[in-house]
Amino acid sequence: MQTEFSKEQNLLRDVVSRALRDKSPATAVRELMATDRGYDPAVWQELCGDAGLAGVHVPEVHGGAGGGAVELGIVAEEMGRTLFCGPWFASAVMAGTALLEAANESDREELLPGVADGSTIATLVLDDLDDPAGVGGSITAAANGTLTGAASMAVDAHVADLLLVVASGTGGLGLHAVEGGASGLAIEPLQVVDPTRKLSRVAFTGVPGRHIGEVTGDILNRIWDRICSALAHEMMGGAQHLFETTVSYTKERFQFGRPIGSFQALKHRCADLLLEIEIARALTHHSARCLDSGEGEPCAASMAKAAAADAYMSAARAGIQLRGGIGFTWENDTHLWFKRSKGSEVLFGTPAIHRERMMTMLEGAA
Amino acid sequence: MIPDRIRQEVSAWLDANWRVDRPLIEWREILLEGGWAAPHWPEEWYGRGFTLDQTAVVAEVFRERDAVPAAQVGPRGLASETILACGSDDQKRRFLRPILTGEHTWCQLFSEPGSGSDLAGLSTRAEMKNGKWTINGQKVWNTSAHHADFGLLVARTDWDVPKHQGISYFLLDMRQAGVEARPLRQMNGHQSFNEVFMTNAVVPPEDLIGGEGNGWHVAKTTLSFERRGFSRRVRGSSIDGPKQGPIYEEYEEELRIAAEPYTWYPQREGRVDLVLPRARETGAINDPATRQEIAKLICLYTGARLASDGAEARRKAGTTEIIPAGSIGKLAASVIARQASHVHTMISGADAALSGPDSAADGIIAEVLVSVPAISIAGGTDEIQRNIISERVLGMPKGYRADQGPFRDIKRNA
Ligand SMILES: Cc1cc2nc3c(=O)[nH]c(=O)nc-3n(C[C@H](O)[C@H](O)[C@H](O)COP(=O)(O)OP(=O)(O)OC[C@H]3O[C@@H](n4cnc5c(N)ncnc54)[C@H](O)[C@@H]3O)c2cc1C
Repeated sequence: MQTEFSKEQNLLRDVVSRALRDKSPATAVRELMATDRGYDPAVWQELCGDAGLAGVHVPEVHGGAGGGAVELGIVAEEMGRTLFCGPWFASAVMAGTALLEAANESDREELLPGVADGSTIATLVLDDLDDPAGVGGSITAAANGTLTGAASMAVDAHVADLLLVVASGTGGLGLHAVEGGASGLAIEPLQVVDPTRKLSRVAFTGVPGRHIGEVTGDILNRIWDRICSALAHEMMGGAQHLFETTVSYTKERFQFGRPIGSFQALKHRCADLLLEIEIARALTHHSARCLDSGEGEPCAASMAKAAAADAYMSAARAGIQLRGGIGFTWENDTHLWFKRSKGSEVLFGTPAIHRERMMTMLEGAA
Repeated sequence: MIPDRIRQEVSAWLDANWRVDRPLIEWREILLEGGWAAPHWPEEWYGRGFTLDQTAVVAEVFRERDAVPAAQVGPRGLASETILACGSDDQKRRFLRPILTGEHTWCQLFSEPGSGSDLAGLSTRAEMKNGKWTINGQKVWNTSAHHADFGLLVARTDWDVPKHQGISYFLLDMRQAGVEARPLRQMNGHQSFNEVFMTNAVVPPEDLIGGEGNGWHVAKTTLSFERRGFSRRVRGSSIDGPKQGPIYEEYEEELRIAAEPYTWYPQREGRVDLVLPRARETGAINDPATRQEIAKLICLYTGARLASDGAEARRKAGTTEIIPAGSIGKLAASVIARQASHVHTMISGADAALSGPDSAADGIIAEVLVSVPAISIAGGTDEIQRNIISERVLGMPKGYRADQGPFRDIKRNA
């Protein structure tokens, strides 16, 4: 198994990082998070249409760059660092992964190229965002393919041209393709803690859909693992940004005639945070390498999601605390990352759920 | 060289040279001449310039073949690495060989009653008298000093310069009238460390290492090797199971004495390896709260190992970033040991109140619970590692200092 990034992978990171610094500064994040749509179509076209960021993990035959979880993770990490606002996570990571793992070959051929070049905005609708074991209870597919039921939360469904819905039918769970404007589809935007990632409630009342693949328990777990690994990368990018800006703030802010970074209470908190982040980042990068090589711990993605979520929240709490009053203002940018951290901690399983999932994989259920 | 080639070479060499009926020292001499005693050392000093990974392959073959390796237990390693890095050719010639053959054991005479974390605040005195360095003062917490032949000694040679500049580093012969080591009993019942009194002890001028006034630099070299040792897994230095042959008897005897102070060291690291077996055996593996804590431990342990491998790889690739792997690894080892101790307590429940042969794992778990507090003190406390990380890696500003100017004028313990 690979243990370091290759030259090409480092190059990819540089390119993505530069593009996002340019296209997703905090001012843009603030502007977009206040809109209903939540993203800028021109930037979307540049990053996904021109630069191909939605297809890094899609095979070349389907219009992608032919990378894997490592490349997807690199892009996610840089997106998380700048709090990129847009349906990349929903479309490339969630829907793209579902198509790659579950769709029949002909459906992949038809649907993946649009996702890979950003011309289709897709999302994956699951009726449980806590635990894969809970998926499938609330949306059913009739024999004629129509869907009925609801998902209480879906990521970026409000802008999706294509919804991939996991629903239970006569033959078990299946993946169903639904068009964005389909009749009987009700998408109701929700108020969220993290306004940089939009969530909506999605209700289906006899919505026409097309069955495009089986979703066995194994397949669902594979999809879940890949999404969690990518999300862990996104979180580590955010954690790193918060950590760096917080440490530099402690060097600039003076109290009692000295920089606050010279106070040992703050130094030790930063040293502990560095250790927590180093460990979580190592687990996160490892999870992608495990997915790509098929080797390593089967629970690698759960370890990564649990550790990354805890480290991001630690960085977010310290980011506010070490700035004092200014850190608690709307004006200061720190809360944007704090809220993304909270939102990401709970999506696709809290750290506690992932630790239990890990133990179940290692030792069986309790 | 690739691992397979190394394997072949070591195996062929062992076929030709390894025999269980040789006296131990004679075997080690052959080992030195062959260049397999310390393969990561340079060629002119018994080595082959191997990387640590390549050296690990050699050690693996030795283990598979039950071949006795060069002496490596305890502060010997600190002594040899320090002498190799900072010593004169004459010192390397005189000291390295008997360390590797096992003829000499060493101890580290750094801490004093008045200066531990603040090592540079030490006040053991070294003065040049009649052509020799004369040493007066007291050291403390010195592991293995009660049976060491030599000590790595830091002492003050100049009291009129700032504290870091007045220190010199000596190689002290412990077998002399002016040196007395008294064992101290630790909270876990073992007697590994000592207090050491030096009364007009002498060191010949050729056993000053690194030059007069340059002791702080040499001491930092020793400390960086020591801290790295915490994050590396302690490799089994003993050969498992009874082995037939005279050389094994000599080797077991060496380990029994030299390794005795270290029998509890795996326990101070928390015995992560016993967590899952104990949890299964007791049924605690089915308790949701315990499962959460075990999972946290596994994440910490796995992540710290991956992070240290990654840092090692980046160092080899010639990175320019500052990686004080020793300090980060040592702090990680403390965090892991504490979490393991916490998990062992949850697993044992009320049985954690027992110790000795009647208790869990033949007393090992009880020993974990009362040994883990050492790991965050020995080799530089957690607080000191956090100071190092925040100042050197993160570049956070140093705080107010009350210890500048001539050492003579600094406030010290009475
Ligand atoms: C098992 C064991 C084996 C050892 N073996 C050896 C050996 O072989 N040779 C040897 O020379 N020494 C040895 N030591 C000694 C060890 O290095 C010292 O105990 C250690 O460096 C701490 O020094 P101290 O005991 O004087 O505590 P102090 O330095 O007095 O520390 C007391 C407390 O104050 C804190 N503190 C001190 N300075 C600071 C600061 N600047 N910022 C924040 N907090 C601070 C410390 O972290 C600690 O919590 C050993 C110790 C142990 C426990």
